[in-house]
Amino acid sequence: MDKIIFQRLKIEAPLFWKLFLGLGFFILVGYLCAHYMETEGHYVTGMNNQIVWGMPHVFAVLLIVIASGVLNVASMSSVFNFKLFKPLAPLSALMAVAFLISGLVVLVLDLGRPDRLIVAMTTYNFKSIFAWNIFLYSGFAAILVVYLWFMLDRTVSNYSKPVGVFAFLWRIILTTGTGSIFGFLIARDAYGTAILAPLFIIMSLLYGTVIYFLLLKVINYFQDTLMTDEVKDNLRKITIFFLFANLYFLALYHITNLYISKHYDYEVFILTAGGIYTIIFWIGQVLIGLLLPLYLLLNKNSNNESNFMISSLLVVFGSFAAIYVIIISGQAFPLNIFNDYIIVESSFYDNVIHDYTPSLYEIGLGIGGVALSLIIILIAIRNLDFLPSVIQIRKPLVDEKSD
Amino acid sequence: MNKNNLTRRDFLIKSASLMTVVYIIPDLVSKTEAKPLDEKVSSKTKWAMNIDVDKCTKGCTACVEACIEENGLYGMDRPETDSQWIRKLTLKDIKTEKIVELPMLCQHCENPPCCDVCPTGASFRREDGIVMVNQHTCIGCRYCMMACPFKARSFVHENLTEQLTSAPRGKGCVESCNFCANRIDHGSDMTACEEACQKEGHKAITFGDLSNPKSRVNESLASKPSRRLRSDLKLKQRVTYSGI
Repeated sequence: MDKIIFQRLKIEAPLFWKLFLGLGFFILVGYLCAHYMETEGHYVTGMNNQIVWGMPHVFAVLLIVIASGVLNVASMSSVFNFKLFKPLAPLSALMAVAFLISGLVVLVLDLGRPDRLIVAMTTYNFKSIFAWNIFLYSGFAAILVVYLWFMLDRTVSNYSKPVGVFAFLWRIILTTGTGSIFGFLIARDAYGTAILAPLFIIMSLLYGTVIYFLLLKVINYFQDTLMTDEVKDNLRKITIFFLFANLYFLALYHITNLYISKHYDYEVFILTAGGIYTIIFWIGQVLIGLLLPLYLLLNKNSNNESNFMISSLLVVFGSFAAIYVIIISGQAFPLNIFNDYIIVESSFYDNVIHDYTPSLYEIGLGIGGVALSLIIILIAIRNLDFLPSVIQIRKPLVDEKSD
Repeated sequence: MNKNNLTRRDFLIKSASLMTVVYIIPDLVSKTEAKPLDEKVSSKTKWAMNIDVDKCTKGCTACVEACIEENGLYGMDRPETDSQWIRKLTLKDIKTEKIVELPMLCQHCENPPCCDVCPTGASFRREDGIVMVNQHTCIGCRYCMMACPFKARSFVHENLTEQLTSAPRGKGCVESCNFCANRIDHGSDMTACEEACQKEGHKAITFGDLSNPKSRVNESLASKPSRRLRSDLKLKQRVTYSGI
């Protein structure tokens, strides 16, 4: 294969600075929100002793899941020898770093004691999946940096494949770890099942792919060499595959819960009687996030680029709904403390479906996190050679021998 | 006034006496008082609590009030975010529709999910069975609150100013019942909630050392069958309930 020439983003300085300042504004707002929450205490948020994880966790988990998913393009190139994506692989790894850092920043800034980050980094309880995730996340960031170096530096590019394989395996374990944060919670009826781990993996694959497509589309606006029909078509096809796989695992998760009698009440709650949570599940996660995009992409006019664009945006909306349902509704449903009794009265809201209204501070922090990931990508592609000058079109797409 | 007549010997004697009074005697006295604190917590002691639901009286919140006073758990009049280490629940039997009341608190599990999930090990279980939070290493991630099947933990949602030295608490950390560890470590064998329950004459709460056959908790357990909540989870709680 010919050498790929990488270059910087061709964007005019005034526009770059406008984008920079715009994103910087949201980052500043996010920081101020986090600062206010930390100085005043979490009572100013919508979170309480009933809903202990709120909107910051929805954003953080989503960003981390996306971080794993956007590496798809690089993995397909390095692990599965998919040549078409080779020029786009460094951008994929860059996005993974950016989303990972942002997710972690949001997560840390929502801690009750973010000033004790050093404690979290130096004192470990290895029985905790959270402690393992600290290793998985920081390790992933380190691997991605090495992976980027090996992809972009021709003197060591021969080793990019093994590093790519390692990064691929690492991200599968990482997303398993993220899903297991919930899978290991035996106390709550919504969680405590191993299916959450593969469900999270398939969610990351889907969300990462559409986010990659959308960002590539935006970058392509400035540099019309990235989005060939072939790239678009392949991204569309794997998106369809991931949508089906996502539907399958989602159905499996809920059917399994219906079968396990101790999870049955929660299932009835989320599928039929959960009010706003049921609506978000069916309308947001299933209809908008999975079925509509699938319909649009399988439509005969699906080659239409705008169809793919709309589908991707719908999936992004659905991804938010999906994580919201998993995190918030799982806590909103009351704990089953007594098998033979129902709780009639409690000063601690033991017997009610918990309400949750996110505060603007939480949303501000989350949006700040999204802006942080975008600004990292913007600065990197403006100043470093990440973007290929041309995407080669050649068949067969899968080579017998890797470079 | 004969200030100037102070001899060198008097000066030395008085100085030495003063030094003894100020530095040495308090040190000796405090050492005597703090002896239990110097002893390492051992698994030979197994703190446990039994709650006889039949004796728990409707409308009585003496245990809750005692806990608030013992640990300085004053609230901000925001019930959704104020800490509750112990709370009263009213229950209805699904079969008989009998109404009962009981106090709910940290169940001090032998296999505590809160300790399993805590990333820094701030949630820990002492050798004597007390499950508590190290307020110096808790980072406020609230994963333990997600993991607790009994909703026994609270997160400190706002600035506190009047904490008790015997019960360190702080904004941004998680906290829960610690079987009045400060009292226990100073030699007591009675929690504040048990004391209050006894004072009210109900004797629904009994606390003590399972290793001691004559302890109040053992007598209570021997007198009536008891059970653990959510025994299906195999957490082996040290808090048991009789009468339900």
